[in-house]
Amino acid sequence: MASYDGLFKFLGLTDWCSGGDQGSGPMSMAALLAQTKGGSEEAGSFWSMPLPSLDNLHAACAAFPQTRDLTLGLERAFLSARDVLRVVLDPLTQPLSWMLREMIWLMTATPWFIMLPLLLALTWLVSRSWSVVGLVAAALVTLAFVDHYTEAMQTLAIIFVCAFICVLFGVPIGIAMSRSDRLQRIMTPILDMLQTLPAFVYLIPLIFLFSVTEPKLYGIAIILYAIVPVIRLTDLGIRLVDRDVIEAADAFGMTKRQKLFGVQIPLALPNIMAGVNQTIMMSLAMVVIASLVSAPGLGVLVLRGIRNLELGVGLVAGFGIVLLAIILDRVTKASLARLDASKSSRRGA
Amino acid sequence: MTMEKPVKISIRHLYKIFGDNPKAALADVLAGMSKSELLAKRQHVLGLSDINIDMRQGETTVIMGLSGSGKSTLIRHFNRLIEPTSGEVLVDGTDVLSLDEGRLRDLRRKTMSMVFQKFALLPHHTVLANAGMAQATQGVPRASWEPEAQRWLERVGLGGYGTRYPHQLSGGMQQRVGIARALTSNSGIMLMDEAFSALDPLIRTDMQDLLIELQRELHKTIIFISHDLDEALKLADHLVILKDGIVVQQGEPQHILLNPSDPYIEAFIGDINRARVLRVRSVMTDDLTSDDIAGQVNADDNLEHVLALSGGDATRRYRVMRGDKPVGTLEMAALIRALVPKRAA
Ligand SMILES: Nc1ncnc2c1ncn2[C@@H]1O[C@H](COP(=O)(O)OP(=O)(O)O)[C@@H](O)[C@H]1O
Ligand SMILES: [Mg+2]
Repeated sequence: MASYDGLFKFLGLTDWCSGGDQGSGPMSMAALLAQTKGGSEEAGSFWSMPLPSLDNLHAACAAFPQTRDLTLGLERAFLSARDVLRVVLDPLTQPLSWMLREMIWLMTATPWFIMLPLLLALTWLVSRSWSVVGLVAAALVTLAFVDHYTEAMQTLAIIFVCAFICVLFGVPIGIAMSRSDRLQRIMTPILDMLQTLPAFVYLIPLIFLFSVTEPKLYGIAIILYAIVPVIRLTDLGIRLVDRDVIEAADAFGMTKRQKLFGVQIPLALPNIMAGVNQTIMMSLAMVVIASLVSAPGLGVLVLRGIRNLELGVGLVAGFGIVLLAIILDRVTKASLARLDASKSSRRGA
Repeated sequence: MTMEKPVKISIRHLYKIFGDNPKAALADVLAGMSKSELLAKRQHVLGLSDINIDMRQGETTVIMGLSGSGKSTLIRHFNRLIEPTSGEVLVDGTDVLSLDEGRLRDLRRKTMSMVFQKFALLPHHTVLANAGMAQATQGVPRASWEPEAQRWLERVGLGGYGTRYPHQLSGGMQQRVGIARALTSNSGIMLMDEAFSALDPLIRTDMQDLLIELQRELHKTIIFISHDLDEALKLADHLVILKDGIVVQQGEPQHILLNPSDPYIEAFIGDINRARVLRVRSVMTDDLTSDDIAGQVNADDNLEHVLALSGGDATRRYRVMRGDKPVGTLEMAALIRALVPKRAA
């Protein structure tokens, strides 16, 4: 005897309830328990009243679905939509797989005595600071010395590709948001959601959509997670540009284009670069988690440490990730500072 | 007085109402609703109400009023940074409101330039690039605008600062760049919204002198916004006094001083040194026949000068000259009467 029998009787719904195929669904735990107890305490006291959840209501009225019907339904709906989604998304995202594969190949296949100087030259190019170059050299040499060179290059390759795509899409989206209050209202909750969802949750629908062997699976997960700051800070940066300067640009007859490329983007650049810095750091965070879905790199070793309880392996790989985080942060911050110094303190008036 | 110059800009029945439905509110204003009533009953702000001003070519028109009286709102209608609720803004006879986007841009690039209270220079460009901004915006190649921008920088006294950035300059110097930027555009009209209000008093006086000097040779049509009566009287050929979005009086500054039409203006002009501001030409008579002349004074001398000349003798009489031509007679008694603040009629 279930607790809610009385309720359905009272509502006169007994017929509708028995219309449902009685007992055809799998038996719920509660029902099982009730059976084993033999329904000894008739309908129970007020205090033992169970939650009016789907399962409990189902026990009283078979027309109600069970919670497992809900999850099953979702899964079926998703699976039936999957083929359609795939037809659309597969070709669109194929270049991502290709880029990731090629970049990882390029960075691991290039001999180390070419790759390391190349990375240091890149560091010099964006930071123009010998101390930062020194730091990067020390970090990379340390990683190479403990035989984590290949994994570090894989991780860096993934971050480069994903951060590049984040900037490629994030900056235009941010600009569009800064120009339309409506778009900003629409985008803000989406960005909030992307940023607050635990990283694991992204992976679930993606695993269904794409095969685990394809790099774009983790590529998309990383991009979705890491694109948020560059969008937000581009939008913010452009909105924060001094209104007097914008008015002057209008008063001297600048076109929208001239204003955007000649005034708004240059003046928002420090904020945009701060967004790029955060995007790169979040890519790094996600690339570790993405090793769960076959992203190569240092994350794989961390995962091995957890799975096989190989404490040392996990710790060294974790230390390598910290090193990468430090150098990525330093390099982007140094380029940001250089930007501020060379173009003067643009906010000062 | 000199011949009337042609009208360059003409504002006709200009109304500006801020709010969600300004057109509907306009009907109420036209039916006689006041600014405070409009705000209380309809939650609309009456920014400007029935403004009519003619600004003549080569003259400096100063629009004066207290903070919040609508000065900035008004000047932004000239180049349509703000759209009016109703009315006309005629520049050389063309209604600015009828211009499409491209022609409006042309007007802003070639016909009008603007100088801002907070300078509004491009912080990421050099002083030279800022000065050349108007021409660069028009697509003039750098090689052509650079010499011109440099020339105007030199003219405002910043010849050696072209490679600096705005933040490396003091406020007064930044505003000199702002003026050079406006001049490099070669536009006939200069809009100046409280251009000197953010500067220290001494620098402000320097800048006023610079503007007067430039104007003497360039004869631009200048619209100058100010909340400072001394500045207004120093610069204005035509003075417009704005209060709560309404023109309370406009005309020749000396005429307004001698004939204030409103208690608001009396209060405004109550504190100034009349002897220093009023000129002989404003208080003389045209009479050239009288004798017993104590000496000659210039029509543009101020009264303070004549007072010192007379040694305080209130019975004297002077011949007024413009150049070497006698144009009238100044009675000391009339001079002293002019020094007494007038009540509004
Ligand atoms: N965008 C706006 N929305 C609502 N009210 C405004 C707006 N701009 C100006 N006002 C109002 O119009 C009046 C005149 O403002 P403004 O032209 O800036 O005055 P001023 O330059 O003389 O100090 C003020 O009462 C101000 O509050
Ligand atoms: Mg103002």
